[in-house]
Amino acid sequence: MNNSKQGMTLIVKTVTRVTVWLIVLYGIYLILHGHLTPGGGFGGGVILALAFLNIMLAYGREATQKWLNLKFLEDIEAVSATLFLFMGLLGIALGGRFLINFLPKGSPHALLSAGNIPILNILIGVKVAMSLFLVVWVLAGLHEEKGGQS
Amino acid sequence: MILPYYIAIPLLSAFLISLIAGKKDEWAVLLSTTAGASMLILSIYSLIAQNGETFVYKMGFWSLPIGIVLVQDGLTCLMLVLVSLISFTSLIYSVQYIRHMDRNWKYYALFMLLITGMNGVIITGDLFNLFVFMEIALFSAFALVAYGGHAEEYEAAFKYAVMGALSSALVLIGIAILYSATSTLTLAKIAEKVPTLDPGLIFWTGGLFLAGLGLKAAIMPFHAWLPDAHSSAPAPISSMLSGVLIKVLGIYTIIRLYFNVFNAPDFYMQVFLVLGAVSIILGGLLSIVQWDMKRLLAYSSISQVGYILVGLGIGTRLGILGAVFHLFSHAIFKSLLFYNAGAVEMALGTRDMRKMGSLARVLPITSATSLVGTLAISGIPPFNGFISKLIIIIALIKAGAPVYAILAVIGSILTLGAMMKMQRYGFRGETEIKKISEKIGWRMNTAMILLAVLCLLTGLMLLPGIRESIVDPVVKVLVDHSQYMQLVLGR
Amino acid sequence: MTLYLMCFALFLVGVYGLLTKRDLIKIILSLAIMGYAVNLFLILFAYKKDAIFPILLKNVAQSSMVDPLPQALVLTSIVIELGTTALLVALAIRLVQKYKTFDITKIRRLFG
Repeated sequence: MNNSKQGMTLIVKTVTRVTVWLIVLYGIYLILHGHLTPGGGFGGGVILALAFLNIMLAYGREATQKWLNLKFLEDIEAVSATLFLFMGLLGIALGGRFLINFLPKGSPHALLSAGNIPILNILIGVKVAMSLFLVVWVLAGLHEEKGGQS
Repeated sequence: MILPYYIAIPLLSAFLISLIAGKKDEWAVLLSTTAGASMLILSIYSLIAQNGETFVYKMGFWSLPIGIVLVQDGLTCLMLVLVSLISFTSLIYSVQYIRHMDRNWKYYALFMLLITGMNGVIITGDLFNLFVFMEIALFSAFALVAYGGHAEEYEAAFKYAVMGALSSALVLIGIAILYSATSTLTLAKIAEKVPTLDPGLIFWTGGLFLAGLGLKAAIMPFHAWLPDAHSSAPAPISSMLSGVLIKVLGIYTIIRLYFNVFNAPDFYMQVFLVLGAVSIILGGLLSIVQWDMKRLLAYSSISQVGYILVGLGIGTRLGILGAVFHLFSHAIFKSLLFYNAGAVEMALGTRDMRKMGSLARVLPITSATSLVGTLAISGIPPFNGFISKLIIIIALIKAGAPVYAILAVIGSILTLGAMMKMQRYGFRGETEIKKISEKIGWRMNTAMILLAVLCLLTGLMLLPGIRESIVDPVVKVLVDHSQYMQLVLGR
Repeated sequence: MTLYLMCFALFLVGVYGLLTKRDLIKIILSLAIMGYAVNLFLILFAYKKDAIFPILLKNVAQSSMVDPLPQALVLTSIVIELGTTALLVALAIRLVQKYKTFDITKIRRLFG
């Protein structure tokens, strides 16, 4: 990870190592408060993806590939999408209609409120973060492959 | 209520395929064919059980101005059966065809997303939801056109994607204007407010929608992307695109918007007649000069979509019956012909009809079913194509538009010429072909035989008894423009 | 009214670029500009004079809010445009690999 030949300079790497956690934290904050303030699953997910991309830019593609399990990220993406669909199907099972809000609603303006909307927000956030990161990752690596599907 | 399952089943199988499929495609094939078969069963069940009624499914029990509704009426049922039928045969056909290219599960995941998008467009009752599902279907279509990984396929997919993005922008502007005028996005609510709107607004919004949806349906001035995309895609995808995608995204949406929402404005009925006639003649002329088999079929799709549009443009009961029936039968025989072209391409490694010859010996089933498809598309009596074209032409004469009737007959002759050229050079040429590079397996043969049999059987849909329960509800939806709005709003 | 006209002008910039530019990347950018114009159009429809953002807050008196629905639509449409752009860029990268050129007029192995 500290291979100085790849990626940007040492300054950028050190700063990234600190700031990337702040970016992740901000993304998680946006996702969790999606039902109370502006933001939500998509916005927070994009910021999470940007955190990953920050690492990729600072340390270089090869160094990131060494410690990041891409197959695992793909699986997380598929699982979060599947879980979202299952939440909808659970609505049919528990409430009689697709995507019904079957959890207790709570009081307005509290963090734990709005039924299953926070859960759906988290799933969207994970899905968006993973897919956006993987899209940019694949696009950045397209020129290295020789034709065929990516 | 089974309506949300039409979206949930293919979506779930797409996600599961990407989750559990390893390097091989066995799981993907199993999952996707299971999903396809279950949707076929569900849709046929709902077609038989519908009895001409309209079901409204409120998502999450939200009442209408707030929530999104799914609507099932006669037209929806027929379109769902069509999509499920073609996609199921296409999936069976794909197994060998795609293994011949590579063994990749991504194809099946994209295929399932394509079905999700189309089913969503068909059953949704919300304008913006329709747009989103349309985009889902288009994305997977772009990716699937480029699936082969050759230079021409990327070129065709790029062209298609640029056109698709342009058409989506136009449709979105139309949606924005409709929303600002009516403050609602539910189709039925918009239909309720349309009589109070300024006719000029309907005129301009209709123009935007016509350009956007016409690009998706490849009506004649907007057709440039279709021959490239449909001939470059893998054969099962060509049949999906030509058979159902342009009809669901283009024609079905046009039907819903112009008949059920805009209340069939006279000006646009005239426009449909003119554009349809232009598409029939020019599509036929352009298809007759092609030497690439799939490109010939693709141009002929433009011409056949013209027939549907002319049938809609007449606006009488008979014309709409002909249009709906032609929509159904064209999907079946055009898919069959694309399967045949794909089988020939796989066996000989070329699509150029000048390099083909007599194939009756080496590809007996392909050759025989292609004859059925040819007869059906050219309108030879016992097959479904004859019945639908006859209904459209009779409707034109009855409605007092003999010029269009003559144009439709000329278009039919042009189609016959193009198809005879395909038969003469492609399947029954002089040079006897003895060796083929790849055998056509039982799966591909099953798909072709199934559709060839359906070419004959769907003609029976117009028999009294079957007609009352299947075709008449569809025609009723389109003839009584305001009935859709009243039924959905529950009045 | 001026705003709507300027929005339309932005859309026309996109159409102009789509029709006249030959570079693959410029075509993609033109499509993106068209998309922005449409999104702006939707947001403009939601605008109301002297209205606040459509979020219920604690301890804030309720006043007139702008229409929240177009904003949700624009968010969805932005996601769709993101997908379109990513797909177009991927296709463009492949095209450049296969044809060794960015010029759309030289990429014509298909005819008609």
